[in-house]
Amino acid sequence: MRKELSDACQKLKIPVGEPNQNLYNGSFTIEGGNFNCAGIVSTSIKSILQKLGIPGDLVRKAAIVSYEAEINVVSYAKKAVVNLMVVPGSVNIEVIDEGPGIPNIELAMQEGWSTADQRIREMGFGAGMGLCNIKNYSDEFHISSEIGKGTHLKMIIQTP
Amino acid sequence: MKLSDVKDILDAEVIVGEENLDMEVKTAFGADLMSDVLAFAKSGSLLLTGLTNTQVIRTANVLDIAAIILVRAKQPSSETIALARELKIPILTTKYILFETAGRLYAKGIVGCLPKVENTSGRT
Repeated sequence: MRKELSDACQKLKIPVGEPNQNLYNGSFTIEGGNFNCAGIVSTSIKSILQKLGIPGDLVRKAAIVSYEAEINVVSYAKKAVVNLMVVPGSVNIEVIDEGPGIPNIELAMQEGWSTADQRIREMGFGAGMGLCNIKNYSDEFHISSEIGKGTHLKMIIQTP
Repeated sequence: MKLSDVKDILDAEVIVGEENLDMEVKTAFGADLMSDVLAFAKSGSLLLTGLTNTQVIRTANVLDIAAIILVRAKQPSSETIALARELKIPILTTKYILFETAGRLYAKGIVGCLPKVENTSGRT
């Protein structure tokens, strides 16, 4: 039986004997400028984390940070890839966009600083709180940006 | 109180969630700025707002908001109604303005989901 399992795993290239540490590993794409779709990825992330049995308050934190990030992508970038990786002890969310980049990250991180247009404000956003909310709800937050290329966000939420 | 009591107090029309009127609610948050809702609102609260687009439903879903109360007789778009049905988030609409809506609910025992914001450094 063990041998059969081992052979089957070898065919499927699954390591035998080592527990798979990734509880979830997947990617999503966000299309820039598509305001109607903003929030779909964070709704999916929320439902995936709920199914994995992550506690409700941590699911909310992950949903909030991914939703604010999604609003930023829709508002400013051409497109983005969102990577969700759940391992024992943490939920890791990465948002890598192709867009104009942020010229001054320090300024952009200041609450109230915004370059939002009317369309973004009509949705109830654009008051210069997005990145602050993301930072405040993450246990660990990294941001890097290159002008003319894009912005890379990494958010970590610790789980029990 | 129950959501059905909220409906009566506000003389509100139920747009989505007729089947959820037995739900218990104790707290509320009111704002038109969704980033503020994300920053301060707590799960299980009512959300009082004048904004009617789909982002209100997305925001409510992210935070596990109990129900949305649209003030100033605002009517949601068909996309907003469809998304609220899909995500099972009740929407009620009242003709009262935000101030009156909050006051009438507060007088009957609903309190803010937080009384004050904690950290005011750098707030604009």
